[in-house]
Amino acid sequence: MSDIPAEIAGESGTGDAGFGDYVALLKPRVMSLVVFTAMVGLMVAPVHLHPIEALAAIIFIALGAGASGALNMWWDADIDRVMRRTAKRPVPSGAVEAGEALGLGLSLSALSVVMLWLATNALAAGLLAFTIFFYAVIYTMWLKRSTPQNIVIGGAAGAFPPMIGWVAATGSISLEAVLMFLLIFMWTPPHFWALALFMNSDYEKAKVPMLTVTHGRKATRTHILVYTILLVPVALGTAFTSIGGPVYFALALVLNALFLIGAFRIWRRPEATAEADKYAVEKRFFALSLAYLFGHFAAILIEATPWAERLADWANWGALTWG
Amino acid sequence: MGLTHEHDLHRRRWSRNLGVLLTLLAFVALVFGLTIAKIGGGDQMQGFDHTYRVGIDPETRIPEAGQ
Repeated sequence: MSDIPAEIAGESGTGDAGFGDYVALLKPRVMSLVVFTAMVGLMVAPVHLHPIEALAAIIFIALGAGASGALNMWWDADIDRVMRRTAKRPVPSGAVEAGEALGLGLSLSALSVVMLWLATNALAAGLLAFTIFFYAVIYTMWLKRSTPQNIVIGGAAGAFPPMIGWVAATGSISLEAVLMFLLIFMWTPPHFWALALFMNSDYEKAKVPMLTVTHGRKATRTHILVYTILLVPVALGTAFTSIGGPVYFALALVLNALFLIGAFRIWRRPEATAEADKYAVEKRFFALSLAYLFGHFAAILIEATPWAERLADWANWGALTWG
Repeated sequence: MGLTHEHDLHRRRWSRNLGVLLTLLAFVALVFGLTIAKIGGGDQMQGFDHTYRVGIDPETRIPEAGQ
């Protein structure tokens, strides 16, 4: 027999989570995207931080994003329990108590904002605080359960990290920071609506008013196409700013052409065909959307290298840029 | 069995304690590194002092010997 009473050592592990359960509360996959985009924003900025300051800035931006993820899991435990995709998250699975998620989220929010302020500047810390508030309160507590435009407006929370990275380095907001924000902001709706098309039953069960639930799949397909068309000028226009260049432009042309073709195929597809092939086109578009965002930010990072700068000089790219 | 039997609960607590320890150590190392980096660029810190310093005003700065 064990010395652990059965009620404490329940198989579910309730109230006695491992370290990994707390890490899972911070949504590490979302954090990886935050780390990457914040790092790009910070590294391509015209002002360079000390490497340790830059590392600290990226860590605290990621920690802030993780904190908002924990607050999201605390508030959304009821609907996470219903959806197949989220049922195994630490709170609905019983590994971590809801109150612990709230405590961890609030503590890490305060820590990340104060530390980002000390490591960089007040504007970057203020933007991080606003991002956490926007994701946890505006999106999670309000928009997500009240409007089918939830992810359009809520997408702003995911779009802030590169801007915060830029501001951490420069201390101010510029056109380039706004364009990086817009790139993620406009990309979010087609990305999530493609997911919603093949995960629709989950949202329906949880009574989350996703566009697919409130307006149907046909309207969602049209919305994907419209937002993709609106995204293209933002993505291509970035090529003609100080963070763009010929490498970025070439990659953006290819990625945007593929994304547009994908969105057009989704728009044209009858629901019966999609159901017959288990949403193969929608799943491919979703995977492409990840590559799309990664590709654009990787190209922005490449443009900051001396090699790409020499290429831009050779192509006289400066004559084409704004400002 | 006695107290030496390792239950899954012990394993979870061990992983949690170890994780917290390593996180705290990493945090201390980061704050230490940040302090060194900030002090390393200490010349700029004079700008935040409350008193006027002739030494950082290029207009009134007295050139040192050999300058």
